[in-house]
Amino acid sequence: MAKIKPRVKVPKSAEVGEVVTIKTLISHPMESGQRKDKKTGEMIPRNIVNTFSVTFNGEPVFEAAVEPAVSANPYFEFQMRVPEAGELAFKWVADDGEVYEISKTIKIA
Amino acid sequence: MDLSRRDTMTLAAAAGAATLFAPNVARAALPKLVVVGGGTGGATVARTVAAAGGVDVTLVERNPVYMTCYFSNLYLGDHWDYDRLAHNYETMKARDGVKMAMGNAASVGDGRVVMSDGTEIAYDRAVVAPGIDFKYDMYEGFDEHVAETMVPHAYKSGNQLLMLKQQLMAMREGGTVVIAAPPNPYRCPPGPYERASMMANWLSRNNPTAKVLILDPKTKHSKQGLFVEGWNRLYPGMVEWVGGEFTGGDFLAVDAQARSVTTADEEVFEADVLNFIPAQTAGRIAIDSGLTGDGDWASVDPATLESTLVPGVHVLGDACANGDMPKSGFSANSQAKACAQAVLAAMTDRRAFPPRFRNTCWSLVGDDYGIKVGASYKAGDGKIEKTEGFISQVGEDDATHAQTAAEGIGWYEAMTGEIFG
Repeated sequence: MAKIKPRVKVPKSAEVGEVVTIKTLISHPMESGQRKDKKTGEMIPRNIVNTFSVTFNGEPVFEAAVEPAVSANPYFEFQMRVPEAGELAFKWVADDGEVYEISKTIKIA
Repeated sequence: MDLSRRDTMTLAAAAGAATLFAPNVARAALPKLVVVGGGTGGATVARTVAAAGGVDVTLVERNPVYMTCYFSNLYLGDHWDYDRLAHNYETMKARDGVKMAMGNAASVGDGRVVMSDGTEIAYDRAVVAPGIDFKYDMYEGFDEHVAETMVPHAYKSGNQLLMLKQQLMAMREGGTVVIAAPPNPYRCPPGPYERASMMANWLSRNNPTAKVLILDPKTKHSKQGLFVEGWNRLYPGMVEWVGGEFTGGDFLAVDAQARSVTTADEEVFEADVLNFIPAQTAGRIAIDSGLTGDGDWASVDPATLESTLVPGVHVLGDACANGDMPKSGFSANSQAKACAQAVLAAMTDRRAFPPRFRNTCWSLVGDDYGIKVGASYKAGDGKIEKTEGFISQVGEDDATHAQTAAEGIGWYEAMTGEIFG
């Protein structure tokens, strides 16, 4: 299985107080835990991204508790006000223990 | 009327005499239909009208063999031989009397088709079905030469399809195929995603650590939920789709040497195999003949497919602005039948009935794993309008997927048989 790579879209710079849109996408199968393997009849264990969280300079700005009904490759988009220059840190946590992280800096224009 | 044997004999003799002497007279008087483009749409019109009789039909086409673009992805996945996509015009020539004019048509209008070599073919009515052309000018570093030699779009069957397969087969272990999908509207809406599926199908057997990355100017695509379900089940982690939110909705440039593509957001994606499918327009002759006006596609009457700009010229298939219908081989065939009725009504004493159009797009996601979407249409107010539709469901079982795959192949054989067989 190839490596899962999350993607984020963050403006490189903003003005102080500007509201910017942040877009994120992770390619993840989001196995619900409610499907059977047709060949063996065994249940396929649940493996979803269960938490997605974002901090800006260490302060939480967005968090989502994700449930099995969310379809594959979850896409999140949110807006935030930029108070200062800083770093956005994105984190996806999956049931199988994998943690996917990426960070982006925003400069003040 | 009570016919005696003697009367019957006399009538038969008269009929015999008529067939002896009539042909030259009748043929000279037959109205002339010229069809430009022997793809699925053009070939259907030519054969249907010729088979009905009473019209002299000439089909202008530059290639003696027609390779269908639909089902060509199956060749990429090793599911079909390349030759299985090939069809020719011998039967319609021999059985239905379609005259073939081999060559490249440059323009249509004023009662004549002008060929590239300057010769002319006169018509009473014309059908133009040139398929698609590409907007190469939109992208830095990409043109027809680059597509023919290094970065194939492979969005018409032929050499570029063969080149793309060779590149796929020669790719390094663990390499990345990037498919840059086109913006709407374009030929075969599920095509790029079926292509990703068939490439992943081949790679899963031959290069299992490779990846297929689809870059899309669009924020959603045809049969998306169904494709994603299939990719996750059959090729977990191998196929990734990156939509318009992340590409900026367009591409700026292609670097053929580096095999990279630059998105509108100025992000550069590097590939080992790059399949760049550009934005599309109606085939060149439709543009050069003034059939597309200021737009990219030919505006037509939804019932007759006759151009709204050039009277006496019908445009159908991918080249026309076909309302709610997708651009597909099935759509072209369906429009061609309606067009043939309209042509026959205009050129002979036959009646035309209000047309009904149909389309289904089958896509093969994996071995015995098919999905489909389709609809019925009618000639609406100024455009072809959808009346009702159907689509495969997420969570269908293996038997349904296998049945859908078999149904698609059955359709291909039946339709190409009807046109070319």
